[in-house]
Amino acid sequence: MLMAYAERVLDYYNNPRNAGTLDKSSPQVGTGLIHVPEYIEVVRIQIEVSPKRHVIMDARFKTFGCGAAIAATSITTEWLKGKTIEEAARLDHMDIVEALSLPPAKIHATILIEDAVKAAINDYRFKNGLEPLKEEEVPEEGYELEEEHN
Amino acid sequence: MLKLPVYLDYNATTPCDPRVVEAMLPYFSETFGNASSRNHSFGWAAEAAVDLAREQVAALIGADPKEIIFTSGATEADNLAMKGVFEMYADKGNHIITTEIEHKAVLDTCKHLEKLGAEVTYLKVNSEGLPDLKELEAAITPKTILVSIMYANNEIGVINPIKEISAIAKKHGVLMMSDISQAAGKVPVDVNRDGIDLAAFSAHKLYGTKGAGALYVRRKSPRVKVTAQMDGGGHERGMRSGTLNVPGIVAFGKACELCQQEMEAEGQRLAALRDKLENALLQLEETVVNGSKTNRLPHATNISFRYVEGEALMMGFNKNLALSSGSACTSASPEPSYVLKGLGLSDDMAHSSIRFALGRFTTEEEIDYAIQTVTDTVNKLREISPLWEMFKEGADMSSIEWSRL
Repeated sequence: MLMAYAERVLDYYNNPRNAGTLDKSSPQVGTGLIHVPEYIEVVRIQIEVSPKRHVIMDARFKTFGCGAAIAATSITTEWLKGKTIEEAARLDHMDIVEALSLPPAKIHATILIEDAVKAAINDYRFKNGLEPLKEEEVPEEGYELEEEHN
Repeated sequence: MLKLPVYLDYNATTPCDPRVVEAMLPYFSETFGNASSRNHSFGWAAEAAVDLAREQVAALIGADPKEIIFTSGATEADNLAMKGVFEMYADKGNHIITTEIEHKAVLDTCKHLEKLGAEVTYLKVNSEGLPDLKELEAAITPKTILVSIMYANNEIGVINPIKEISAIAKKHGVLMMSDISQAAGKVPVDVNRDGIDLAAFSAHKLYGTKGAGALYVRRKSPRVKVTAQMDGGGHERGMRSGTLNVPGIVAFGKACELCQQEMEAEGQRLAALRDKLENALLQLEETVVNGSKTNRLPHATNISFRYVEGEALMMGFNKNLALSSGSACTSASPEPSYVLKGLGLSDDMAHSSIRFALGRFTTEEEIDYAIQTVTDTVNKLREISPLWEMFKEGADMSSIEWSRL
């Protein structure tokens, strides 16, 4: 099964981009920390947002989970950079699946990542007196992670 | 010179010993007869080779050659033993006792038999991986026909007190079966000393080939019978029809002979290497050995590296280091090892486990490489593990504020 992973997963796993920690007490930083039951997968995504235009200046992650989950969180943080928080909220987990050609067994990890992104945005919004995201923030148009990071 | 990749998954399978390959080669094209052909020299030569192998296999476990039924492997032998006993002893009862951490070949056979009317008791095990013998005895009823408990566990290497277990079974007139796949050829197994009535094992776990195995069926006190599960020419005293796999059986015999000769020295050498590996890895913080450290196979250890996930760990080195993990992220929801769960490990600790199994061709250089590689990968993954960061900050895991959507 591990053999079937795309080169790209191995690349992001071996050289994770944007691994690290931002100051969660900063008003400009939103933190999303999500786990599945029994803590067998835990994803933390942090975004640093410019207060004027709400553009994500920096994004960092830490993930406890399989290699695909680590790679998927890493590539997501790359995608987040430069997006406004509105754009970022439209992230659909299937975009991550496609960007890394993940097998169906790994889709659950991307759902967790999507949740972590939305939680990070909400944390930032809450800190800055903005309304939280609506429950069903359906993406209007899918973002192609693939294109943006080739 | 270190040759990569390094193989430390000997509990999954072993390479064929070159001496075993040499012994079996003539039986492909030269001495190719059917061991059941009674009327010509080709058949006689094949039969003679099988007879010798039967003696070698029997000798390894202190059995009589007549008590060895050749099969395709341990899974078939487990199936034959359990299904065969269930059918043969239907008049006596329908109750089977086993443990929660048996191999799937036993557990899934139990599930199958339950559909056919069997009652099965699955004994829990303690944190060491051992069943409670009082519970075992209490579980026996007048309907109990079989106790099936493995000699050594494939994931954690823990060795069960088979002698004590079989004494309890015998006291109540219940047959004792053991899957000895992981123990045979690695530690001394003696069906008489250990009181085993039926034993299943495989050639490929002890440096023979895949596709060959045996079921030991006791012939005296008590004389055990199993109903055949495959119909045909009545081979193997009518218990297992099918033309014998002569090259595989010859290899199995030779492999057993070598194990018998070399087991003691090999066990000591591997225990020293295993201890070196284990002690070095335990230098890492938050790292624990799973299962009993006193009653276990000399060549195996199972270690959980808290806050890193097993499959991610293996991705870090699986090109160069072959190991197996208690984490199997293969389905929609990741399922940790039922063996480790049976020991009472939390899901995250079960997911953080790696099984190391050394073998005949393991060198100290390979162990040094494994220590370095695993240590580096654990450290690297902990750097990007949120749980590790929280742990280092002294956060109480139960008081962490998780995001809500």
